Amino acid sequence: MPKSWYAESKPHYFCPGCGHGVTLKQLGYAIDDMNIQEDVVFGIDIGCSLLAWNFLACDTIQTHHGRTTPVMVGYKMTKPSKVALAYMGDGGGYAIGLQSLLHAAFRNNPVTVILVNNENYAMTGGQMAPTTELGVATTTSPNGKTIEFGPGFKGPETVRSIASKDAFIARASVSNPLLLRNILKEAMETQTEKNNFSFIEVLSICPTNWKTSAEDSLKRVKEMEKYYPVGKI
Amino acid sequence: MTNRNKQLVTGNEAAVLGALAGGAEAMFGYPITPATEILQGWINKAQTDKSLHFLQTEDETSAGFAVCGALLNGTKAFTASAGPGHVLMQDPVSMAENIRLPFVGIMMQRGGPSTGTVNFSQQEVNLAAFGGNGDGLRIVYSASTVQEMYDLSIKIFNTAWKYMFPTFLLGDGYLGKMESEINLTKSVNPVHSKKLLREQKIPTHLKNCYSSEEELAEILKQNIYDWNKHKNVIAESDKYRTGDASEIIVAHGLVASAAKEAVDLMRKQNRKIGLFRAITVHPLDTTALSVLAKKVKKIHLIESSQNQFSRIVKYELYGETTEIVEHSKPAEGFSPSEIVDLVQD
Repeated sequence: MPKSWYAESKPHYFCPGCGHGVTLKQLGYAIDDMNIQEDVVFGIDIGCSLLAWNFLACDTIQTHHGRTTPVMVGYKMTKPSKVALAYMGDGGGYAIGLQSLLHAAFRNNPVTVILVNNENYAMTGGQMAPTTELGVATTTSPNGKTIEFGPGFKGPETVRSIASKDAFIARASVSNPLLLRNILKEAMETQTEKNNFSFIEVLSICPTNWKTSAEDSLKRVKEMEKYYPVGKI
Repeated sequence: MTNRNKQLVTGNEAAVLGALAGGAEAMFGYPITPATEILQGWINKAQTDKSLHFLQTEDETSAGFAVCGALLNGTKAFTASAGPGHVLMQDPVSMAENIRLPFVGIMMQRGGPSTGTVNFSQQEVNLAAFGGNGDGLRIVYSASTVQEMYDLSIKIFNTAWKYMFPTFLLGDGYLGKMESEINLTKSVNPVHSKKLLREQKIPTHLKNCYSSEEELAEILKQNIYDWNKHKNVIAESDKYRTGDASEIIVAHGLVASAAKEAVDLMRKQNRKIGLFRAITVHPLDTTALSVLAKKVKKIHLIESSQNQFSRIVKYELYGETTEIVEHSKPAEGFSPSEIVDLVQD
């Protein structure tokens, strides 16, 4: 278990097999590797991410849906010595909170936004998200997502188009935990060493709402990687 | 000889000076008439005082949440807005009410609903006091003069950090833009803030979402207990010529200033009338008002909204038998002579 995990809150509250567990494990190790546990302030959103409200042994604030980015921007502005992390899902970052995400990137606010993309609104039972790919059935796209709802939303590419050239923007996947850890570290170093904005999208799995086995979940996230390429953007 | 403690300023300028005197360190906002000059004024101050933080955010929602972020660090932060911006602000204020963040907002009321007008109203009493999906554990002051824009802009920071409830100052567009000489002597000493994310060995985990009715109920019971314990100390009012009055006007904000002049006009005609001015519209100074209500035969409630303030007053005066007459004119002001005509028998 990473040293920066809050042991008292384990076992965690996420569904069995959820990609949040993998993501938070690598985040924990990245924090340990950088020895910044005392400096991290963890902001979390509404949706499944809120289940991480006591996940880390770091000061944590659970905010409102889509509002974690501005909370961490306000915190970091008045406490520059801290490492401000904003943790959210694809609904929080790409739908209700997109405006705040884009403007934080546009202003190059020195915060690190970590967005978990599992292609659906999982906490409310598997509704269509901006990231849901065409043809994928959800409870609000029962016959498969059609083009009038837009194709799968490419967040890091969108953020890149308006972000400062100094911002670090990347996509990682739970299918490759070591790469995920390294990308998380590079993102946080962008904040700690260069005082720039950083954004990581993590392609994740949702066995509960996808109704997939462990094996099929992994297969699906590998499929997602074909549409959503992993790496620096 | 000039008195350097006196200055000719607008109400919005007075708010900035008051916030500084109250110990404010950060402001987050989005321009909106008639509150824009507060954001501009703060940013101008920050050009020379580099210890002051500011951000013109992408919208009022983000402004409010950035305030919350700064508060978590123990920074005295605030915002200023109006009308539709005040509506958007309900999202962060609701979080502040849940977690007991000392959110401070200066709301320069404009006509509503919707975009309405940009000048004047008293229609944001409900929003400030009862907006959001909670029970209205928010402290709301109402300024009647430019001097009070200054004095109460100091006080709201102390009140917020002392009692840890979101705290608002209501003004309006006329008050914000009118110029008046004010005394800049500090009326209170700033209280200390504290880190809400405590940076200690045992981590602080703050949340506003609970897993059971019982868990949330325990939090709410404590908050309501604290509110009831302190509300009488927080509540403030001002009485004018009520000593021998047989009837009183009850008002707040700029309408109360007009009512004060109306009282003087009617006193010249030997009418025994006085004024009860609510400095806090929520919580109301019920103790003082009840004493007056028992003495007088009639209460004239005058406000520039459709009974928003009146609903608070009538609820608080439940059981009193004094006749109450409501004079509501949403989003329009009252002149003193108009008030004289209104309260004629």
